[in-house]
Amino acid sequence: MAEAIRVEGLHKRYATVHALRGVDLAVARGEFFGLLGPNGAGKTTLIGILAGLVRPTAGRAAVMGHDVRRRWRQARRALGLVPQELVYDPFFTVREILWLQSGYFGLGRANRAWIEELLEVLNLTAKADANLHDLSGGMKRRVLIAQALVHRPPVVVLDEPTAGVDVELRQALWHFTRRLHAEGHTIVLTTHYLEEAEALCGRIAILHQGMLRALDTKAGLLARHPWRCLCLELDPPGAPLPEAVAALVSEREGGRVKLRLHRLNDQIGAVLDALRTAGLRIRDLRTEEPGLEEVFLELVHEAPAGEAAAAEREAG
Amino acid sequence: MNLRGLYTLFEKEVLRFLKVVVQTLLTPVATALLYLVIFGEVLAEHLEMYPGVGYGAFLVPGLVAMTLIQNAFANSSSSLIQSKMTGNLIFLLVAPISPLEFYLAFVAAAVVRGLMVGAGVWLVALAFVDLPLHSPALVLAFAVLGAAVLGGLGVIAGVWADKFEQLAAFQNFVVLPLSFLSGVFYSVHALPSPWDRLSWLNPFFYMIDGFRYGFLGVSDAPPLLSLGVSLAFLAAVSVVCLRMLAMGYKIRQ
Ligand SMILES: Nc1ncnc2c1ncn2[C@@H]1O[C@H](COP(=O)(O)OP(=O)(O)O)[C@@H](O)[C@H]1O
Ligand SMILES: [Mg+2]
Repeated sequence: MAEAIRVEGLHKRYATVHALRGVDLAVARGEFFGLLGPNGAGKTTLIGILAGLVRPTAGRAAVMGHDVRRRWRQARRALGLVPQELVYDPFFTVREILWLQSGYFGLGRANRAWIEELLEVLNLTAKADANLHDLSGGMKRRVLIAQALVHRPPVVVLDEPTAGVDVELRQALWHFTRRLHAEGHTIVLTTHYLEEAEALCGRIAILHQGMLRALDTKAGLLARHPWRCLCLELDPPGAPLPEAVAALVSEREGGRVKLRLHRLNDQIGAVLDALRTAGLRIRDLRTEEPGLEEVFLELVHEAPAGEAAAAEREAG
Repeated sequence: MNLRGLYTLFEKEVLRFLKVVVQTLLTPVATALLYLVIFGEVLAEHLEMYPGVGYGAFLVPGLVAMTLIQNAFANSSSSLIQSKMTGNLIFLLVAPISPLEFYLAFVAAAVVRGLMVGAGVWLVALAFVDLPLHSPALVLAFAVLGAAVLGGLGVIAGVWADKFEQLAAFQNFVVLPLSFLSGVFYSVHALPSPWDRLSWLNPFFYMIDGFRYGFLGVSDAPPLLSLGVSLAFLAAVSVVCLRMLAMGYKIRQ
């Protein structure tokens, strides 16, 4: 069975920007997939290619096994896109817009029951006959979601659906996308909020400057980050640290010391031994695992975090 | 073919102009009548374009044709530029609608708008002018052809233009001069040289001249020639337009 999404050697050059520089990616059916990256990373461009809005400069893309260029009708029927911008047609009411969108996909009156269901589920029934003009931003966002779902696409792509929305709507959107996922839809969510990807997504791809920097499960990404913190409370508080340990300090406040350890090169046992040999007592000990934030920053910043930390140490 | 998709897009384009009838139907009819009152009244006594045909009877078919083609153009071009500028064109671009379906839907809606406005001008003008109807079939054929050509040009202009000003430029420097210079107000035989001969290079001239023949049974050009030129013009506009849409020119990055 074909994957929900497959992308091979994808390049996109705009007039002056090389927005995608050879992206390879596959999303299996039923995944909740996160596409993470800072502004300008190329997320919207990648999604645009899947939806047929952007023409790739090189490479291929397919939705549910349908090439987006050669089998564009099938590919478009398989995809529901919730665009990043709050765009709408000011001439029509919510219900009219959904009827029209359904008609574009070749669906007739038989689909109207589904449209009513969508209005219901997305809490839009009360506003169904209102013009899009008169709806709040949150309502417009929900209309966009309904529009993406009128043709019951197996793959739903949401482009930064929670950018700039209030907490309540964000919770509602999370709930709704989880529900879609549970119903069997493949979900691709782009975001630049790490907590969102952490909370929702099974696998996460990190895109930066048009290149895929990482693609793994949340746990896999975290494991890849080689740093962890060892937080100690030492006695006596002001005593000098042995040289080997002093080199690892990232923060120190009296007896509280935070050490940054490399998973492979720095062993906790050796650190503790060195402290004991120097005559220091360890009153408390705790380790901190990194969040996706650290992983993300490390992948995205030019200088690897280790070097940056080393530079800081030298400067300080 | 996604026939339902095509029909839905056509329906949407028609609904769009029906939601603002004052602007899309009533105003153009009123403007055409203003022309009729001014030119018709002022010039009526002095001019006889064809033997036995008063100026009013000559002017009305020209005005109907001009209003019809200008509104057909306005319908597709303004709808497209609005969709592009507000960004809602993407809802159409993500749908399984082919360039041909896209083109046919926009052109058909432009034809409907053109015919409605044209019929409005004609019906109201009947109150002022005694107008024959030589061949209803030819009148309808030229009306549909003219509106389709301009509907197609409207799609081209709407896809090409990035701003309203560019669209206005297209309208002011292409559509308006060509329609004014095509014998709306006069018979091209009455023009001094070389304008009389240059008019024969203007495709709009044939659409309007043939349309007028449908009413009066007399015209500057033979009606079959007008029909042929108009059909060829439609074919050329369609080819250019379909090429642009298939390339995704300006609408798919
Ligand atoms: N239509 C366009 N024309 C030119 N450059 C573009 C266009 N769309 C996007 N870009 C550029 O391509 C890069 C990627 O943009 P985008 O895909 O929108 O990133 P993201 O969605 O991750 O923020 C950016 O540098 C952006 O400025
Ligand atoms: Mg984006």
